[in-house]
Amino acid sequence: MSFSDWVNISDPLANPNSPYGVTENIPYSVGSGLWEIIGGILAWIINMIVPGNRLSPWLISDAVTNALGLVLMVVVFFAVIFIVNLTMIWIERKVLGRIMDRRATRIGPLGYLQCLADGLKTFLKEHIMPDKADKKGYMWAVSIVIGSAVLIAGMIPLSPRWFLADYGTGLLIVFGIFAVSPFMILVAGWAQNNKYSLIGGMRAAAQMISYEIPMLLVFVSVVLMAGSLNINDIVQFQMDNTWFIIPQFIGFVVFMVAAVAEAERIPFDLPEAEAELVEGWQTEYGGMKWGLIMLSDYFRGYVACALGVIMFLGGWALPFMDELVIPEIVFLLKVILLFFIMVWARGTFGRIRTDQILNIGWKVLLPLAVLNLFIVVLLKMGGVF
Amino acid sequence: MMTSKMWVTMGPQHPFSHGLWTLKVKIDGEVITDAIPIIGYLHRGWEKECENRTYPQIIPMADRLCYSASMTWSHVYVMAVEEALGIEVPERAQYLRVVADEICRIQSHLMWLAAMGTDLGNLTVFLWSLREREMFLDLFVKLCGQRLTTNYPRIGGVRNDMPYLFERDCMRVVDLFEKRLWDIIALMDDSAIFLSRMQGVGRISRKEAANMGLTGPGMRGCGVNFDVRRDDPYEVYDLLDFEVPVHKDGDAYARYAVRIEEMFQSCEIIRQAMAQMPDGPVRIKVPRNVPAGSHFARIEDPRGEALMHLISDGTDKPYRLKVRSPIFVNVSGAKRMVLGTRMADVPAIMGTIDMCLGETDR
Repeated sequence: MSFSDWVNISDPLANPNSPYGVTENIPYSVGSGLWEIIGGILAWIINMIVPGNRLSPWLISDAVTNALGLVLMVVVFFAVIFIVNLTMIWIERKVLGRIMDRRATRIGPLGYLQCLADGLKTFLKEHIMPDKADKKGYMWAVSIVIGSAVLIAGMIPLSPRWFLADYGTGLLIVFGIFAVSPFMILVAGWAQNNKYSLIGGMRAAAQMISYEIPMLLVFVSVVLMAGSLNINDIVQFQMDNTWFIIPQFIGFVVFMVAAVAEAERIPFDLPEAEAELVEGWQTEYGGMKWGLIMLSDYFRGYVACALGVIMFLGGWALPFMDELVIPEIVFLLKVILLFFIMVWARGTFGRIRTDQILNIGWKVLLPLAVLNLFIVVLLKMGGVF
Repeated sequence: MMTSKMWVTMGPQHPFSHGLWTLKVKIDGEVITDAIPIIGYLHRGWEKECENRTYPQIIPMADRLCYSASMTWSHVYVMAVEEALGIEVPERAQYLRVVADEICRIQSHLMWLAAMGTDLGNLTVFLWSLREREMFLDLFVKLCGQRLTTNYPRIGGVRNDMPYLFERDCMRVVDLFEKRLWDIIALMDDSAIFLSRMQGVGRISRKEAANMGLTGPGMRGCGVNFDVRRDDPYEVYDLLDFEVPVHKDGDAYARYAVRIEEMFQSCEIIRQAMAQMPDGPVRIKVPRNVPAGSHFARIEDPRGEALMHLISDGTDKPYRLKVRSPIFVNVSGAKRMVLGTRMADVPAIMGTIDMCLGETDR
């Protein structure tokens, strides 16, 4: 049999096996298309060696293509998110360099490969664990911190045709997993048997109780206005009516302040305040663990910006346009715009104190969030939306 | 409620310490209830070593007392020796020393401002300050060939005259710096975060400051109107017209504001000194041996009042050379300043002390 009998290079977008009942899902189509090529080549080679075997038809059967297509779909999705995050790190370095009047990264074209150099360096570092640390807490806590960051990054759809799963309770689950990490930071800070880490972990907990409640109140206002928890529905509602930043500008500001705190970036990076706490809760982590913690910080920053885009800036929609124009790129550009504001804040502000973030959270953000909720309820009762 | 307090050792290798010293703090949650500063890690027997050096050999050693105020430290040393010799320095050399001192004061304050920026969590202030500092270090390179350990003053004058066009370079740098310093001030003073971190923390009263012997910006930040340059003038400071910035609050922000205003005053002093610069020799010949006696000289270091007490025995080596370091005294106020504040305030408060361990431990 010839090569073309085994390799089916059809249009990957026209995949009839889409499991979600939607018209198309690009990561899945790319994944199953990839498997059609890889599996086909494998099947062809095996069939040349052992003609007439049963393995080759099995490799290109619908069931195997579906299953491995799902696996490759996750890989494709993760690769895209990963590249987006490397780009965000690169943007942060370049923008900070411009703000600070210094040279930024210079490895590779336009300094883009600095992240890879950093990754390689941390990967080659020795694995060191403190002797008196609690081994399980030390390893599991940081694994959950990193894992939850990557998980929620995978739960954010880039467009109605670019997602891993389309679930009804979308935003609620994202917010739920977003809030897991401060608990695990507390555990990690305790497990390291280091006073700086302990204080850093305690600060993470103190910080969380101050920004989490205003953030959830803003989330409730958005959900109330859209009438759905599903991310697609929220974006569709904004496309049909107006972007939520217009009626809920207060909510947007509250959310962005809380999102910076959630992503633990300056001015709210109290758990890892390097001036007084050395490296805060990360003090005893080294090597690739530390590198992944750093990377997961950017994943969380990406998720914070993406949530801001989905909830207030109309997601993947363009203003004054009904149809979508390359929605993935539009979405990512909006995310990077919000991230630029975060980087700008990092270049401009200092670090605030623990008691000050409690004051900001409870005396400023919480009343503003309640006011925002009140406005939303009034608009909803008045029949504006 | 049962609370347990915990000792946290901050230092010697800690990002806030800016050198090798330790601040042990006892914290209740995050509130500091007790503090012990521990210094001495950098003790290298400076004073004893001087007793085995001839007088000119000590000048480069005096540079090493503080990396960012080397000019003022070698200056106070040669002033003490000139006092013992009873000689008058040529007027041009006096003006040159004043210019060099003020350049040193600005670059030292800029180094402090940079460190203060990182202490408060912002790297932009750090890099902008170091960018400005580079201009003044370039002036040092033109004047004496070195960036940090300048080795410029000599007993009986200075090492060399101004290089060609140095006056023009000085004016340009000072004019440019005064404009650019406003950028940094805007970054710090327009930001509510910086203000809230500095205002009201690390408060020390005028009486406590006097009892501890605080000098320099720490003293002027709590309302004491005293500056060696104005009240006990050395060299040609009595011929120059400048103001001594004084703030009354005594908190970290007052010390910050005093230093910022001092930089503007230093620019003014450089301008006036350059305008009044007379012609003439810059160095006179001095005898090798210093007559026996006990003399001291004091000077307004960027960090406070630097004093050197010289006991000579008629030979070409000092019998005893005692250094009064401003930071050695100021750091004793660390406990009073951090009591009752939070752990996050420690870098903000200790940053305004402007630690320099070379002169503290000697």
